[in-house]
Amino acid sequence: MEGERPASPARSSGLPAGGAEGDSPGGGAPFPGSSGSSTLLQGEVLDLDEDEDDLEVFSKDASLMDMNSFSPMMPTSPLSMINQIKFEDEPDLKDLFITVDEPESHVTTIETFITYRIITKTSRGEFDSSEFEVRRRYQDFLWLKGKLEEAHPTLIIPPLPEKFIVKGMVERFNDDFIETRRKALQKFLNRIADHPTLTFNEDFKVFLTAQAWELSSHKKQGPGLLSRMGQTVRAVASSMRGVKNRPEEFMEMNNFIEIFSQKINLIDKISQRIYKEEREYLDEMKEYGPIYILWSASEEDLVDTLRNVASCIDRCCKATEKRMSGLSEALLPVVHEYVLYSEMLMGVMKRRDQIQAELDSKVEALTYKKADTDLLTEEIGKLEDKVECANNALKADWERWKQNMQNDIKSAFTDMAEENIHYYEQCLATWESFLTSQTDLQLEEASDDKP
Amino acid sequence: MQETYTAYLIETRSVEHTDGQSVLTDSLWRRYSEFELLRNYLLVYYPHIVVPPLPEKRAEFVWHKLSADNMDPDFVERRRIGLENFLLRIASHPILCRDKIFYLFLTQEGNWKETVNETGFQLKADSRLKALNATFRVKNPDKRFTELKHYSDELQSVISHLLRVRARVADRLYGVYKVHGNYGRVFSEWSAIEKEMGDGLQSAGHHMDVYASSIDDILEDEEHYADQLKEYLFYAEALRAVCRKHELMQYDLEMAAQDLASKKQQCEELATGTVRTFSLKGMTTKLFGQETPEQREARIKVLEEQINEGEQQLKSKNLEGREFVKNAWADIERFKEQKNRDLKEALISYAVMQISMCKKGIQIWTNAKECFSKM
Repeated sequence: MEGERPASPARSSGLPAGGAEGDSPGGGAPFPGSSGSSTLLQGEVLDLDEDEDDLEVFSKDASLMDMNSFSPMMPTSPLSMINQIKFEDEPDLKDLFITVDEPESHVTTIETFITYRIITKTSRGEFDSSEFEVRRRYQDFLWLKGKLEEAHPTLIIPPLPEKFIVKGMVERFNDDFIETRRKALQKFLNRIADHPTLTFNEDFKVFLTAQAWELSSHKKQGPGLLSRMGQTVRAVASSMRGVKNRPEEFMEMNNFIEIFSQKINLIDKISQRIYKEEREYLDEMKEYGPIYILWSASEEDLVDTLRNVASCIDRCCKATEKRMSGLSEALLPVVHEYVLYSEMLMGVMKRRDQIQAELDSKVEALTYKKADTDLLTEEIGKLEDKVECANNALKADWERWKQNMQNDIKSAFTDMAEENIHYYEQCLATWESFLTSQTDLQLEEASDDKP
Repeated sequence: MQETYTAYLIETRSVEHTDGQSVLTDSLWRRYSEFELLRNYLLVYYPHIVVPPLPEKRAEFVWHKLSADNMDPDFVERRRIGLENFLLRIASHPILCRDKIFYLFLTQEGNWKETVNETGFQLKADSRLKALNATFRVKNPDKRFTELKHYSDELQSVISHLLRVRARVADRLYGVYKVHGNYGRVFSEWSAIEKEMGDGLQSAGHHMDVYASSIDDILEDEEHYADQLKEYLFYAEALRAVCRKHELMQYDLEMAAQDLASKKQQCEELATGTVRTFSLKGMTTKLFGQETPEQREARIKVLEEQINEGEQQLKSKNLEGREFVKNAWADIERFKEQKNRDLKEALISYAVMQISMCKKGIQIWTNAKECFSKM
């Protein structure tokens, strides 16, 4: 086992350097240069406060700006308090911060592609400098992932965002697509950085630090494409054999992965559908409000009331927009990442099974052939070690992954609930102030009528 | 051959005693067509009154999950409320409440239809009013009525638009809520494989189900708001009916005046012997020989009689017209105040509904958040 860092249970999202999904979409709050979007969010919240002086319900909006979703004002359960403490511990232990930003389009005679700027800040000794800036394209990420899988076949490598989006006719270079991908790539790198083993991987270091030409030449070393393909073919072929002798705990693991995969895929679909329905609701609401304004033009005595209703509907529209953006920034990316993770996990199981199958086939050979017994015994010995290492690596990583998953899912859904509460609170305040203004009007009119 | 229809029970209570206790005086069943008959009668006998409209016969502006079936219990219930409202409006109208046929509608179960038909109101009805698209070229329209007609067109147009879009919004809102229900099922299935997260997932799933089913009541309440708007949509038609009646009266008046003027002219020409206006008789006498002085005298006499009659008629028509305008405008003012009160109340109740929906939402999501944070 390479050098291990103490496993950090409660994190992968919510850390300063851009893992945080829901709170600072640009990531990298400690680095003012990296992305302006976290400051944008702050500005938006302030504007709202300026407009709605009488709506005190949400003027204390600190909860959205906290790095974690457990603001001191929310009732917290003991468990979440523990997590909160852990959040605060982490920044001291972390020594590698990565951000991905500035997508740029490059056009050559053969192709057009996008590169992303990757900034790494670190205090680690093994890095020559404390800050690095490089440009990478999606292909490079793919390469890195491949290398990591090769080096650690039974570790749970973080997933990469998809090459293309299957549904709909989305161009590769559509702005939303690029932004979604950028965020996912950032997540990918930070997850590697947080992983006790992967963080020290040499290829990872090269990826983060090497200039373009250095990376190219580095890529050319090591097993080529053909041999990797060969591995995959063998993996598929022998995985069936490995399944037969799979130890109990891995049977359980496999069962979990299958069901988890089903469920997370469904949740992904449901969440996307909710987003779509909310968008359509918003579109209709935008048409609804103005009709009251139109009506007010022909009603002398109801002008104020009707215009008031229209403005309430308009404010609710804005609240809906906010709710939607919360969904797309916090919940959807997390759920989708775990969809990709579930595919990853199935690959990891296969690779573990394949390693076991190699051992099993040699053992079989020993039982039947009885030739080259010494050689076989030696090979079997090595393979037994290999299997044991692979199993242990997977077991440890599995526990870590499950813990992370629990935290991420919990955090994402808690954020979603929070967004919804916020949405309803905003709408409530809007309509309540409408009622108050109407009652005030009535009182005024009543006193006007009095002789 | 059997016909199925819905009948509504009408119970009338009169507040007789000084202690304010109401006594059930009458109780009978009526079907929708009888309500229509009552209204048609009132339209004929009180053309200057903005007669309260009936609730719709068939469900319109329906958002798609709501049943458009006339036999659907929710629709029947809403229609019942609408019919009750119709009767209450008549009962509280200073003039209409005194009508005998209305009284009999509430009290005479059998033979009421015959009684109404015996009034011969259908014959009295001006068939021209039924021709909705007919326009009468009125030379001197009363500006107030022109404005009123314009207003009623705008009211109808804007409320229809509003109801259509509201139905679409309701549809979409339904979608948002219901999709969340799917979380419930999936969370529950997922919780089976989770040790620590299991309970949290399961109970959060339950709250998602509650959220999804909460929309049904919310939208049912909102239908009540839509019904309040619909009443005024149909009131626009009633306003237009009064305007049309006025237009018709004005037209008849102008026609009568024109007719009288031309008869007077004819008379004058016959008397003085000058033919200024073309008349067929004049032409034929020219071609086929002069008429005798006796014949001319006779004609003048007939015309003079007609002129007299015409002048009487014009006078009474004028009087009738002025009476109509006075009474109609009084009722229109009454209607305007009622409308402003009712619409304001409807908008306020709409806000109240929104508030209740938001409170429910806050409650459910707070519970869900509690469950999520315990996972």
